[in-house]
Amino acid sequence: MEKLLLSGNEAVARGAFEAGVRVGTGYPGTPSSEILENLTKYPGVYTEWSVNEKVALEVAIGAALSGARSLVTMKHVGLNVAADPLFTSSYIGVKAGLVIVSADDPNMHSSQNEQDNRNYAWAAKVPMLEPSDSQEVKDFIKLAFDLSERYDTPVILRTTTRISHSKSIVVPGPITRNDERNYEFERDIKKYVMIPSYARVRHVEVEKRMRRLEGDVNELEINSMELQDTEIGFITAGVCYTYVKEAFPTASVLKLGMVHPLPELLIREFCGRVHKVLIVEELDPFLELRIKSLGITVDGKKYFPMTGELNPDLIKGSLSSIGHRGDVRSKKGLWADLQAPPRPPQLCPGCPHRTVFKTLGKLGLTVTGDIGCYTLGALPPYTSIDTCVDMGASITIAQGIEIAGSENKAVAVLGDSTFTHAGLPGLLNAAYNGRKSLIIVLDNGTTAMTGMQPNPLSGERINGEEAVKLDYLKLAEAVGMDRENVRIVDAYNPQDIEDAIMTLIQTNKLSLLVVQGLCVILRRRRERKEKAASEKTDI
Amino acid sequence: MVGVGGQGIILASDILTLAAMYCGYDAKKSEIHGMSQRGGAVFSHIRFGKRVYSPLISEGEADILFSLEEMETLRWLNYANTESLIITLLTRIKPAGVSLYPIGIREELKKKCDQIKFLDPEDLRKKIDNIKFFNVALLGVLSNYVDLDEKAWKRAIEEKVPKGSFEGNWNAFLIGKSIKSF
Repeated sequence: MEKLLLSGNEAVARGAFEAGVRVGTGYPGTPSSEILENLTKYPGVYTEWSVNEKVALEVAIGAALSGARSLVTMKHVGLNVAADPLFTSSYIGVKAGLVIVSADDPNMHSSQNEQDNRNYAWAAKVPMLEPSDSQEVKDFIKLAFDLSERYDTPVILRTTTRISHSKSIVVPGPITRNDERNYEFERDIKKYVMIPSYARVRHVEVEKRMRRLEGDVNELEINSMELQDTEIGFITAGVCYTYVKEAFPTASVLKLGMVHPLPELLIREFCGRVHKVLIVEELDPFLELRIKSLGITVDGKKYFPMTGELNPDLIKGSLSSIGHRGDVRSKKGLWADLQAPPRPPQLCPGCPHRTVFKTLGKLGLTVTGDIGCYTLGALPPYTSIDTCVDMGASITIAQGIEIAGSENKAVAVLGDSTFTHAGLPGLLNAAYNGRKSLIIVLDNGTTAMTGMQPNPLSGERINGEEAVKLDYLKLAEAVGMDRENVRIVDAYNPQDIEDAIMTLIQTNKLSLLVVQGLCVILRRRRERKEKAASEKTDI
Repeated sequence: MVGVGGQGIILASDILTLAAMYCGYDAKKSEIHGMSQRGGAVFSHIRFGKRVYSPLISEGEADILFSLEEMETLRWLNYANTESLIITLLTRIKPAGVSLYPIGIREELKKKCDQIKFLDPEDLRKKIDNIKFFNVALLGVLSNYVDLDEKAWKRAIEEKVPKGSFEGNWNAFLIGKSIKSF
């Protein structure tokens, strides 16, 4: 079979297609966004950018209950948004496979925190798989669908940035699809309606399922022992496995393809065969605490950091103090006395929304910021954002600042995609509770930071189909705002922007300013496309 | 392969990694996309061999450091060792908030690196028909130092460049390849 060079994200899409996935949903978020963008290119698969991760998971639950294998993709913090349906979907189980991809971001290359989503698998009582390269990503996705159906549970596949965005060789597998079949939702009230009396019964089933899995995972091929030098043995998973193999090529390794639930018998056997056991994992001591709770003596975070990413050097360096040197072929890196100045990320040159930050900076207002490109307004030369917490929080944190009685009322600034993702409930809350602050939506026509995905304000779907476009004016009217407190201005008109801000902050009423200016990257891309199309017609 | 966001490193490193795969090697590459790369420094790790585990190159382990920007060569120098070949394009891109490009970089690089080659982008630009093919021409220059056969390069380039531009790109690659001393 011909080999492919795929990123982890491309491999998720490939694996899901091979496994006969029918529905793919998600919300863009680095490092997960390319999964659905790739899945949408395959025939016979319905894909959508959902409004947010909670919605995405719920849509997929409905599809899976109707017999359609479904995939949901999001970044780690997205699973916080989808946590509500996650915990109860664990109770109701599935009919066809339901697989959730959580793309974690250790070292926060493009995130506001580096939470370890393995904790969700434990808390929601669902199995979690962790691949270590693109081939495994593809294979594990197929396995995840099988396990989901075999154990009647959603399954989470966890990747990290170094898996999602690294490319490695994948041998494609056979495609098992039947796109012609019909899907039907069949009523099963006691299983699907989680009122307390039924949910109590289902919780017992969930615990039974997990006990059954705990036994079976010892036989699962993706959990495997590599016995070599027995002086030191590593237990590891995901990309950390590749780092261990690089740093300690002759050591014994227990590689866990499934990180929840853990294969207790296999772990006991491995620990019995090696002299000293070390757990190598990024972020939380997830494996370490669980293995220690089995009464086994292991070490992990005693040597390795709880923050950021690991790498082979760091693993070797951390263990050299206790006499384990690892691969001795290492060479010394060159060292320059002169240092290159940092290259901080910045709002793109030519970004039409730079003006707003300049204006806000000049006016000295308190500005609650949000997730996306505009978080970059916090960095020099603008330094005009005062908070950034999570999706949609610009609008709501401003409300708290106002309620607390701060004299300098806060102005909320967020992008169009963030506004539809989680800004709408915040807007309604402001209207309902009589707030008087200004909300500024910087509408660039796309979800730019994650790579130009369309959203409900851009009038387009994932596959380029035309879609309804949320109407700002009607929305404002619907939540009871006065027409004169809503302004839509052109991003290329700095005077209009400044005038609108000055007027609206003085109205002492809830107000909405929409600044419209197409993302400069998207604009150039469209211009190129149009140019190419016109050149074609000329011939 | 290092440089600045927007220089086309991701595509160039994709082609190199594919070429390694088509030569029968195990190959991996890793870089970061997303927020930190908006106009930021980009470092694409490319590894190939009989069996590759880590997608990351360890410090001091790079056989070749190929840089598309002068200052970026300095930033990632610790990934090279005394035996590494360093090829750096004499392109200068000022970081945001820096008014003057730092001086003395070239001298520092010469002092610290035993095997360093500086490539003037203008020289290469003059030799190729179309600036769009510049990065593929650079890969041609690089191909003289990477043990991968021409057939594999050709297949990788054909797969990654837009349809209709292959001829131009392939010619640029060959022009790059013909540059042996610089």
